[in-house]
Amino acid sequence: MGIRFILMVNKQGQTRLAQYYEWLTLEERRALEGEIVRKCLARNEQQCSFVEHRNYKIVYRRYASLFFLVGVDNDENELAILEFIHLLVETMDRHFGNVCELDIMLHLEKAHFMLEEMVMNGCIVETSKANILTPVQLLEKT
Amino acid sequence: MSGPSLMDSLFQRTLEDLIKGLRQQLIGEQAFISKALEEIRKEIKSTDLSTKSTALLKLCYLSNLHFHDMSFAAFHALEVLSSPRFSHKKIAYHAISLSFHDSTPVLLLITNHLRKDLTSTNEFEVSLSLQCLSRIANVDLARDLTPEVFTLLSSNKLYVRKRAVAVVLRVFEKYPDSVRVCFKRLVENLENYDPQILSAVVGVFSELACKDPRSYLPLAPEFYKILVDSKSNWISIKVLKIFAKLAPLEPRLSNRVVEPICDLMRKTGAKSLLFECVRTVVTSFSEYESAVRLAVGKIREFLVDEDPNLKYLGLHALSIVASKHLWVVSENKEVVIKSLSDPDPNIKIESLRLVMAMVSEHNVAEISKVLVNYALKSDPLFCNEILGSILSTCSRNVYEIIVDFDWYVSLLGEMSRIPHCQMGEEIENQLIDIGLRVKDVRLELVRVARDLLIDPALLGNSFLHRVLSAAAWVSGEYVEFSRNPLELMEALLQPRTSLLPPSIMAIYIQSAFKVLVFCLHTCFVRGGSTAGVSASASYESFDDLSIENGAGSTVAHGQTCTSAPITNESIVNLLKLVELALSPLLGSHDVEVQERARNLLGFVDLIKLEALNSLGQEENDSEQKGVEATKIIRLVHDAFSKELGPVSLSAQGKVPVPDGLTLNENLGDLETICSDIELPSSNTFSFGYPSEEKDVSSFSNLQIKEDSGQSNESTSLLAEHRKRHGLYYLPSGKNEVISNDYPPANDPALQGDNNDTASDLVKLTAESLVPKRKPNHSKPRPVVVKLDEADEKPVAVKHPESRDDSLSGAVRDILFGSEDILPTSSRSNLPSSNRKGKEKQHMITQVESKENVVGDGNSSSRRRKDHSHGKERRHRKKNAEERNETDRKEKESSSNHPRRHKSRQRAEEPLKVPPQTSVIPDFLL
Repeated sequence: MGIRFILMVNKQGQTRLAQYYEWLTLEERRALEGEIVRKCLARNEQQCSFVEHRNYKIVYRRYASLFFLVGVDNDENELAILEFIHLLVETMDRHFGNVCELDIMLHLEKAHFMLEEMVMNGCIVETSKANILTPVQLLEKT
Repeated sequence: MSGPSLMDSLFQRTLEDLIKGLRQQLIGEQAFISKALEEIRKEIKSTDLSTKSTALLKLCYLSNLHFHDMSFAAFHALEVLSSPRFSHKKIAYHAISLSFHDSTPVLLLITNHLRKDLTSTNEFEVSLSLQCLSRIANVDLARDLTPEVFTLLSSNKLYVRKRAVAVVLRVFEKYPDSVRVCFKRLVENLENYDPQILSAVVGVFSELACKDPRSYLPLAPEFYKILVDSKSNWISIKVLKIFAKLAPLEPRLSNRVVEPICDLMRKTGAKSLLFECVRTVVTSFSEYESAVRLAVGKIREFLVDEDPNLKYLGLHALSIVASKHLWVVSENKEVVIKSLSDPDPNIKIESLRLVMAMVSEHNVAEISKVLVNYALKSDPLFCNEILGSILSTCSRNVYEIIVDFDWYVSLLGEMSRIPHCQMGEEIENQLIDIGLRVKDVRLELVRVARDLLIDPALLGNSFLHRVLSAAAWVSGEYVEFSRNPLELMEALLQPRTSLLPPSIMAIYIQSAFKVLVFCLHTCFVRGGSTAGVSASASYESFDDLSIENGAGSTVAHGQTCTSAPITNESIVNLLKLVELALSPLLGSHDVEVQERARNLLGFVDLIKLEALNSLGQEENDSEQKGVEATKIIRLVHDAFSKELGPVSLSAQGKVPVPDGLTLNENLGDLETICSDIELPSSNTFSFGYPSEEKDVSSFSNLQIKEDSGQSNESTSLLAEHRKRHGLYYLPSGKNEVISNDYPPANDPALQGDNNDTASDLVKLTAESLVPKRKPNHSKPRPVVVKLDEADEKPVAVKHPESRDDSLSGAVRDILFGSEDILPTSSRSNLPSSNRKGKEKQHMITQVESKENVVGDGNSSSRRRKDHSHGKERRHRKKNAEERNETDRKEKESSSNHPRRHKSRQRAEEPLKVPPQTSVIPDFLL
């Protein structure tokens, strides 16, 4: 499993989206998110985007007030994951039009749906923005 | 109950209302949420599916972002799932993927829903159910739905097919038998030219190949084609990952692949792909000089890049190369050293690892110096990171790389003075360990210890207390090397020692005792009489392991005389000092401190009378009058001058177990006896010293309270203990810098011993307690020190074995069913690898599986190792099945298109022949 989880967290450390590809109990999740957020949010712009945590890596990137954190296996390609994050943001941007934290909050299920289009079972299955968005937009009409 | 009415559903709050409401709550968020949850609980019982699904959606939100349990809604989610409306279905699937897991009770009920949707004509419904299956599939679901997934694998709708491919990974993992059905179609998808499909298939194979690369060697031609043709970076990266796993297994394959990879490296503009090429080359193609050079060139570009990400990755790549091509690291030394002061802690740690990789016995001094300077300047966290890695690198393999121990000991002293230093415990261990192991360094060790002790400022730093305790112990134990014992005494008794914790205070007092005895001994005994040789003579006679009693101390005497002559007046002052400093401690709350202070004061009382007497009239007949005192001093001194040696972790294992023992029941008693001892942290070695000290103090106590005949008896008890358990006491008489006689703590062979005798250890600890309880309470202590390790070991050892039995049984069932060449030869390496597995068990399994797969070429031994993990085991089954599948396929479909057939034939071969033989025909055409 390449990707273990995807988190979106705002500057205050509140989780805005959490998608796990392995089952964790609520307590485990709460602990994990707490640790990760503490670790990553303390870092500044001059520092690299990779953090080792427990036995996996976290690749993160900040867009405005939102942090996108992706937990991956150790041999996953960090730069590719950064590209993936960027693709995710661009896709949401295209859909919401200049996406912001509020968009994701209010359309959480849509954001989940987009993620599901892109990632399945921890593997990235779709990297074309058009392909990702077609079903999302189709469903919006129904 | 009729459920909520129409009114309720009309005025139901939507998710949006909920979110907006939440945003307005600045303080009462919890109250708001619990109110909302109450509403949801009511609404979700509604018979109206819209109300129900909205409630479910809100619940998902609260569960996902606010960690509220939603398991109560499992059945409701299933109800919503049966709705004909797509939007309801979507919510239901979302809820199910979020909340269901293997132990959800209603999981069984979902099978038919999923099956219905998997066969739906609406591709989005199919997609939703596939998505859901990929999240929640357990064995039953995977088994029951395999036919549907199989059908979808060749669906003509790409959108569905790529999802079916992705879900296969989970299905294989949960239900290995599905491999028989689906594997062929999965492989067919490899030849698909649609990038969507290809990306999914390659992703699946890269995961599969991680677990067991050998099974996928036959597919190498397909992967090769993808590697050469691929336009998508993402796919290329995944294929490179596959080759990184496959190449080490088959040299001809790597010959073939290395060139395209280098081409890719030269041509690509994408940093991610470039880095993947570099990583692939340095991990799996490190014997190809030109490829490595090319990769190293790229690494250098990364290293000097402004982007911290690239820099980090460059360092990371370097650390991969370091194991095989150390020259690469040396070539980039400047960058690495410079990165030590990078603003990013992750980069710093990465470069620290690299610096430590460069350390050898030639440069350890310079590198340590540089690092210690860095440590002085950096923040506490990184400072300790540095110190920790210096300590662990230098002590590796019993100080393998240290040649100049004088230097190292003074480095330890220097390190403990660094303001942020928190490595006190490790430094303590090493100071004592070195003292015990390396005789030649003791002079310097005592000097370092003195410098530490004498500085009153250090006593205020609680992180240093452990170091100080080691320094105190060292200066007491090796006082004969001291230039000025009087000064040492003052340092040990200085008023600020009250800042120390009681356990360390006790060590201080005990060391002061030793120093005092030494001073008295030099002053009286050495100065005059030759009487009372009997004690020391008997002492030496029984102990042939002992080394230098005489030699060492005479040398030392010479030194003390030249540097700081101990005069009678100074002795008087010394005794006064002791009384002054220790009398308050008689009221100490800590029994240990109190007892030791009392011992020492008792001794002083005893000596003072006689000594002062004899001093008063030393001119005429000191020989007669002082003889009593001299005798006592000599006895005590002899007791202290016994050399202590390091004790091997496995020493107890060597002692044969006597018959007819009653075991376990004594262990409870042991607990109560040893609970008050501060054990030295015994991670690597256990030292006899705290317990030995106790021995010594208690029998010197005897000496004081009773006559000297009795003391002789207790000395001989110690001797007896030594004689009987001579094996515990390692020969310490070697004059080499490092004595090689005792085994390193982590010697695998010895641990193997421990495995066998794990239960014996328990017996033994109980046994050695029994006979000694009567004569002297403190006697069994040396064994007690061991106990700590002994009860750790059996747990670590026994448990996995029993685990393994049940696991390997299950695995073997499956392996035997399909594969008749189960390797049995590698059974022997089971225990050790299992223990490893056990130790790491709390860590997540993935890391280790990687280690195993990469590190080990021999697939059979790999298979064995993996038994320690449940997760691994499942993959293993699956792989076995895959092989079986290839077998089967070959038989059943020999008239398929010929190329496939050929590769299937190859698939079989690596199974039937030993892995090393290269009967495999050239993979790439």
